[in-house]
Amino acid sequence: MKKPVVQIQQDNFDVGLEVKKLTNTSNNVGAIVTFTGLCRDEEGLLSALELEHYPGMAENEITRIAEQAIERFGLSAATVIHRYGKIETGENIVLVVTAARHRQVAFDGAQFIMDFLKNNAPFWKKEHRLDGTTGDWVDAKDIDDQSLNKWKPVGKN
Amino acid sequence: MKLVYFAWLRERVGFGQEEIDLPQEVSTVSELLNWLRSRGENFEEALKHPEVIRVAIDQVHENDLDKNITSAKEIALFPPMTGG
Repeated sequence: MKKPVVQIQQDNFDVGLEVKKLTNTSNNVGAIVTFTGLCRDEEGLLSALELEHYPGMAENEITRIAEQAIERFGLSAATVIHRYGKIETGENIVLVVTAARHRQVAFDGAQFIMDFLKNNAPFWKKEHRLDGTTGDWVDAKDIDDQSLNKWKPVGKN
Repeated sequence: MKLVYFAWLRERVGFGQEEIDLPQEVSTVSELLNWLRSRGENFEEALKHPEVIRVAIDQVHENDLDKNITSAKEIALFPPMTGG
């Protein structure tokens, strides 16, 4: 099985460059899907998010999720990059790139990786507000939990 | 054994990690949570909603509160994750 590329880093990433890297791995790739998660300002409330993570476990969990996606959907390749530290509004937080022969599995693989990453990758966001105060820790959303329901184990209903 | 805390749980406890000797009577995740709560107001406050506390044993998620922890090297406690 093809191993995913997983990077946990403070620095920004270049979406185009990461797409190009996956494109160059094989001539039998017919579809590449990218998902980029950004830091939004919540209608002018926030200046940045501080992302805390569990070093080691963050890499391990995302690798495990990406490996599951490659195996389940038969992806040709997958890249996941997740940033930590202080991230200003408008900046990138997370990137998922999936490559496959056909579009549907590339779409599904990217969505699967994001759904499980949201629930299982050990990262936590704290708000920095535009007025200079430190805001709250972002609450986990039930919808992220519910989004796992569509990914029943293969072979069961 | 090393205990590590993250996000608001770390803030409420007051530090991010510590080395502990597990008391003899503590051998499961739920016993660990109960024992920690008895260690002071900071732990009581951090762990007052046990249903939202997530646990990882040696960097792997653990949902079973009855899981034996006596041979674990590192146990992490943290709130629900909000990455992505």
